[in-house]
Amino acid sequence: MQSGEKGGSVFQNRPFSQYGEAFCAGPSQLIYTERVKHMEDQILLTMRNVCKAFPGVRALENAQITLRKGEIHALMGENGAGKSTLIKVLTGVYQFDSGEIRIQGINEPVINRSTLEAQKNGIATVYQEINLCPNLSVAENLFIGREPKSRLGLIDWRTMNKRAKKIMDDLDIDVDVTLTLENYSLAVQQMIAIARAVDMDCRILILDEPTSSLDDGEVAKLFKLMLRLKEEGVGIIFITHFLEQVYMVCDRITVLRNGRFVGEYGVGEMPRVKLVAAMLGKDFDDLASIKPEGGAASSEEVVVEAKGLSHKGKIKPFDFIIRKGEVVGVTGLLGSGRSEMVRCIYGADRAQTGTLKMKGRELKAKAPIDSIKAGMGFLPDDRKADGLIGDLSVRENIILAMQAREGIFKTLPPSKQNELADKFIEMLRIKTASRETPVSQLSGGNQQKVILARWLCTHPDFLILDEPTRGIDVGTKTEFQKLILKFASEGMSVVFISSEIEEMLRTCSRMCVMRDGAKVDEIEGDMTQNSVMAAIAGGEAK
Amino acid sequence: MKRVSINSNTVLLLITIGLFAAMYAAGCVIYADKGFSHFQTFLNVLITNAGLICVACGMTCVMLTGGIDISVGSLIAMDCMILAYSMGVKGYPCVPMLVFVLAIGLVFGLVQGFLVAYMEIQPFIVTMAGMFFARGMTAVISTAQLSITQQSNPQYYAWANAKIELPAFLGYMNNKGAVIVPFIRPTVVIALAVVAIIFLVLRYTKFGRSLYAVGGSESSAKMMGLDVRRTKLKAYVLSSFLCSIGGICYSLNTMAGAVQQAKGFEMEAIASSVIGGTLLTGGVGNVIGSLFGVLINGTINTLVITNGKLLSSWANIATAALLCFFIILQSVFALIKERKK
Repeated sequence: MQSGEKGGSVFQNRPFSQYGEAFCAGPSQLIYTERVKHMEDQILLTMRNVCKAFPGVRALENAQITLRKGEIHALMGENGAGKSTLIKVLTGVYQFDSGEIRIQGINEPVINRSTLEAQKNGIATVYQEINLCPNLSVAENLFIGREPKSRLGLIDWRTMNKRAKKIMDDLDIDVDVTLTLENYSLAVQQMIAIARAVDMDCRILILDEPTSSLDDGEVAKLFKLMLRLKEEGVGIIFITHFLEQVYMVCDRITVLRNGRFVGEYGVGEMPRVKLVAAMLGKDFDDLASIKPEGGAASSEEVVVEAKGLSHKGKIKPFDFIIRKGEVVGVTGLLGSGRSEMVRCIYGADRAQTGTLKMKGRELKAKAPIDSIKAGMGFLPDDRKADGLIGDLSVRENIILAMQAREGIFKTLPPSKQNELADKFIEMLRIKTASRETPVSQLSGGNQQKVILARWLCTHPDFLILDEPTRGIDVGTKTEFQKLILKFASEGMSVVFISSEIEEMLRTCSRMCVMRDGAKVDEIEGDMTQNSVMAAIAGGEAK
Repeated sequence: MKRVSINSNTVLLLITIGLFAAMYAAGCVIYADKGFSHFQTFLNVLITNAGLICVACGMTCVMLTGGIDISVGSLIAMDCMILAYSMGVKGYPCVPMLVFVLAIGLVFGLVQGFLVAYMEIQPFIVTMAGMFFARGMTAVISTAQLSITQQSNPQYYAWANAKIELPAFLGYMNNKGAVIVPFIRPTVVIALAVVAIIFLVLRYTKFGRSLYAVGGSESSAKMMGLDVRRTKLKAYVLSSFLCSIGGICYSLNTMAGAVQQAKGFEMEAIASSVIGGTLLTGGVGNVIGSLFGVLINGTINTLVITNGKLLSSWANIATAALLCFFIILQSVFALIKERKK
């Protein structure tokens, strides 16, 4: 597996050695050892009995966490367990209703009223959504609010750029710090956000799902950095969905469930299965037990047939066929053209060549609405940008696609809308206070379910799911996989994209392999993790 | 190997400056016989538009945050009316009145800024209320056409007619053989100083950079520990304050006060900013661009006037065409950027 060390692959469930040489160099650091023991007694931060209610939802009920000096502390829990809320309470984004926060060196209980105040108390945060300004340069994003000044009190751009360059060099990230942030990929932006937090001399660093948009090499860099900070005595709260990563770098785990504190464990004493069980609050629902049932070509009826579709600069001409009741995976490295391929089929990016047939009839999709009318559904990978409308309620978001297909003059009667919304809230187990709650108040996984519900209620014949399980927890992932298989058995054709091969192996009967913007292979039948990875890597790797 | 990359915003600015230069050069060639090529013509564009330059600088600051300030035209009318009434009719001394007008600008900005930043009301609505209020107050002071004369306020009159002469070699010889020395008015110095100061503020101060950050992404700016509300408040205060400075320049130019004065001025300021490369969505733009935006507008007007046969409305049509051109250009650049990703 050479790919891990070079550009990096996207698979998150992989053996530890794939995280690259840089990271493997110091395996001794990884184990929960005596080295940190001497720092252990020093408690940096305690949050006790923290409660926070939103209209209709008790987001936190007596949640707690204790962070010691020089430890990496994983905060785990399902979507909606209250991890993000707890962090936002700590960093002053939300005000908490009751409870107590104490920080070492400050005699009275701390209440942060703003991010700025939290920063002054030594807490730096990197959120899942990148909170940087795309229109400012990289250097400015690192230093804004605390720019180096010349004697005249004006911003000293030269010093700022020089220092920014040094910070980025230290992290081994090759960027031109004078260019605006929008020139760089999400992953680089994420690293810059982390660099900013780290450079602020924080004592407590909070990383909220920092790895979900990073590839292997970048994850390795991040872990190296985290371990360095740990050596320097910084306490790190690390939120992630990747169990592997928890076992790789963390010392301790705090588990939350439904806003309540479940327990605090040392990593050594907590086998994986027990951790998952603690998060789910039940025995681990064995993922392996799901198997594709009606998978392999249960029907001969072709639902979608694409010939020579292409979009200049994004995807080279490709053919694609899917039959009724089939689940087809599209796999490849991040940026290999997975998303571009399905966007082209759906008409989100208009195909420039080729033909597309839907149930035998040629479909000339000028815009997504034509595809929707023909019976397609598309769940995009960037749910914030392409999918959800945050200010609308759960109900409104669910009926959106259906309404679009019916046209604005055939408004659904309210009772019918409510009935539909309730049906899907129950069927997909969407955690929401009510069907009228704005979607933006839901947690990530639940938002994802809302988009899924939106497409399901249009009864599509053909559904495209682009990374539906990214950033959601194990339990919900399993639910998703089960749902996909259920839909397929009911005759829906599904295209499924995921960065986790295992997940696709469990659901797909066939996989298209993408490389460098082209469809290079199609594998079927006896698929294993290794055979898929070999296909992705192509000729050179075996 | 370091590739020199020119950022698309710089390209937009260069296009603006290039367009101005081309337009001016064309005028010099076509209307050479009418004296368009004299340096004084250019200086006159500056003199006429000194007020607009100040206002456009303030507008740019507000637009950088993603906001807008449409009260500026009315505020200028109110400033001019106050000055004309107090000095022209009542004969008050000019220095206290100028200070008073500047103070009004500050208070006006504070109220608007507070409503926008702390009460989180749409800037368009807030400044529209400001627009009606200021225009209304102008009429309350007087509905007559007032003017300041040499008799009513000699000091102010002297300032308005003060000539700052530039080196003689920039001038030209008229047909009688006398050298006509080019000159500017004090208002031009004020306007250019405003441009220079705001340029420095935007580039080299925390406040300036915060304006860009807020316009780029308000929630990010907040998360990065910037005080978004205070930044916005300051932007509106700055806009109204610069507008009052512009009002004084305008008053020095016209020496008059009237209810209908400076009507549509806010739109000219916005147009100048947009032509100068400022995005209505915020986060992109600078005052050098806005300065050239004003100059392009002024040059169009001068060209139409110099022609003499064209209806003055053609200037509006030309501005409209330019606006379209620049807005389309901006979207094209945005699309290219998107494509690159």
